[in-house]
Amino acid sequence: MLEIFGIPSTALFGQLLIGLINGSFYALLSLGLAVIFGMLNIINFSHGAQYMMGAFAAYLLLQYTGLGYWPALIVAPILVGITGVIVERLFLQRLYKLDHLYGLLLTFGLALIFEGLARNKFGSAGLPYTLPDSLRGGQNLGFMFLPNYRAWVIVASLGICLGTWFVIEWTRLGAYLRAATENPTLVRAFGINVPRMITLTYGFGVALAAFAGVMAAPIYNVSPQMGSELIIVVFAVVVIGGMGSILGAIVTGFGLGVIEGLTKVFFPEASNTVIFVIMAIVLLVRPAGLFGRRA
Amino acid sequence: MLDVTAPLLAVNDLQAWYGESHILHGVAFDVREGEVVTLLGRNGAGKTTTLKSIMGIVGNRTGSVRYEGHELIARTSDQIARAGIAFCPEERGVFASLSVEENLLLPPAVKPGGLSLERIFELFPNLKERLGSSQGTKLSGGEQQMLAIGRILRTGARLLLLDEPTEGLAPVIIQQIGKTIRALKEQGFTILLVEQNFRFASTVADRYYVMEHGRIIDQFANSELDANVEKLHDYLGV
Repeated sequence: MLEIFGIPSTALFGQLLIGLINGSFYALLSLGLAVIFGMLNIINFSHGAQYMMGAFAAYLLLQYTGLGYWPALIVAPILVGITGVIVERLFLQRLYKLDHLYGLLLTFGLALIFEGLARNKFGSAGLPYTLPDSLRGGQNLGFMFLPNYRAWVIVASLGICLGTWFVIEWTRLGAYLRAATENPTLVRAFGINVPRMITLTYGFGVALAAFAGVMAAPIYNVSPQMGSELIIVVFAVVVIGGMGSILGAIVTGFGLGVIEGLTKVFFPEASNTVIFVIMAIVLLVRPAGLFGRRA
Repeated sequence: MLDVTAPLLAVNDLQAWYGESHILHGVAFDVREGEVVTLLGRNGAGKTTTLKSIMGIVGNRTGSVRYEGHELIARTSDQIARAGIAFCPEERGVFASLSVEENLLLPPAVKPGGLSLERIFELFPNLKERLGSSQGTKLSGGEQQMLAIGRILRTGARLLLLDEPTEGLAPVIIQQIGKTIRALKEQGFTILLVEQNFRFASTVADRYYVMEHGRIIDQFANSELDANVEKLHDYLGV
């Protein structure tokens, strides 16, 4: 059997693939967090719960309306995004002038409520969500077997991430968003409805989390705590990448997924902590994060 | 001769607060179509706050701001901009995360009839050369000021609020800005200018209002400037 650094290549590529899958979710979720933080100055602690809501929305759409995976990939983020818009209008818009801590506490409280409601209704055992037929099976690449669904997750996540980055960095809408991040008062005085832009930005960030949730549904169990397990790692990713940096969120998301995967091969005992170790080092060396601008 | 046209901008009993501090105490003045009107006064007299209150970007304000006959006091700043008023802040407000071109194209058109980019580059030839610059704030102070003025000429706004456009700039740049303001006036723009430098103001303004402690305390036309120089020195403490 082919070996690399004394490790069987199938194990190495297998873990690399799992790393890329995890990285896809880290990137999607930290991208949403970065977009929200940049625009709203809110550390959205309910992001994990909103990811979970996306997965449950897909599950419920299938159970009660018969809508399958592909339509759910669009409908679920829209529905969960609308709940985000309501949350922003009802609560978050009152917090922008206050310390970050208030936004963090409020969204943390909302996460507990959302998860509690889900646990109350569905229990904590987790529900299965079957793979769409069109993505069953896989490809034998010679050196490893690549399941179609995993390949799809990586491609879709990369596509969404790069699309979002493109819109923010290279379009007129993106220029409005960047300008409003810097000086919302002046942008509004140019005739742009900044409060509406902020509301829609939060809705979009929440929809990104829900999109990740739908993509996660066939891989992981759909369970109330699926978000809170993931979100701690995602926050570490955001800290490493730098709060509010779009490209930083994407690159560190995928990068740390891969590093985590490789750690499982070479030093399995550290695989659960490696991201936090990196976070600690980055905080010591570059407190603003790898891609962050010093405030 | 009796002026039968209503003023383009009529400000009455304008009061403004920042938090607990009461900054404007009943400011009243007006600006007629096509005029360049300058607010003079010492630091802290309330000139900038007056512009910001017209634009709707101070914490709290009362009174009346009428533009083209419409009351703006209850409107938000984006609605005020869309009524056709554009604001160039004292700190210039050039965005660091936007390229020069993005900065220039940022303010959306609010009315038809804004200047074309070619026309703006005729006024500010330097801007065209710096268009490729990746970061708006990498420009010199004078270029940033030109960018800040240039970008609001595209929008179709007919009333421009310029807050100390000459502050901190070299004399040759100040001359260029003076030339620009006179050119804009010829094109029919109406301009409300805030200035500390009344020698500069005298090269562009039709009328002056003098502010002190959040009130208008005096006014005169440019033709009366010579007769008022003594008094002005007194007001401005120069």
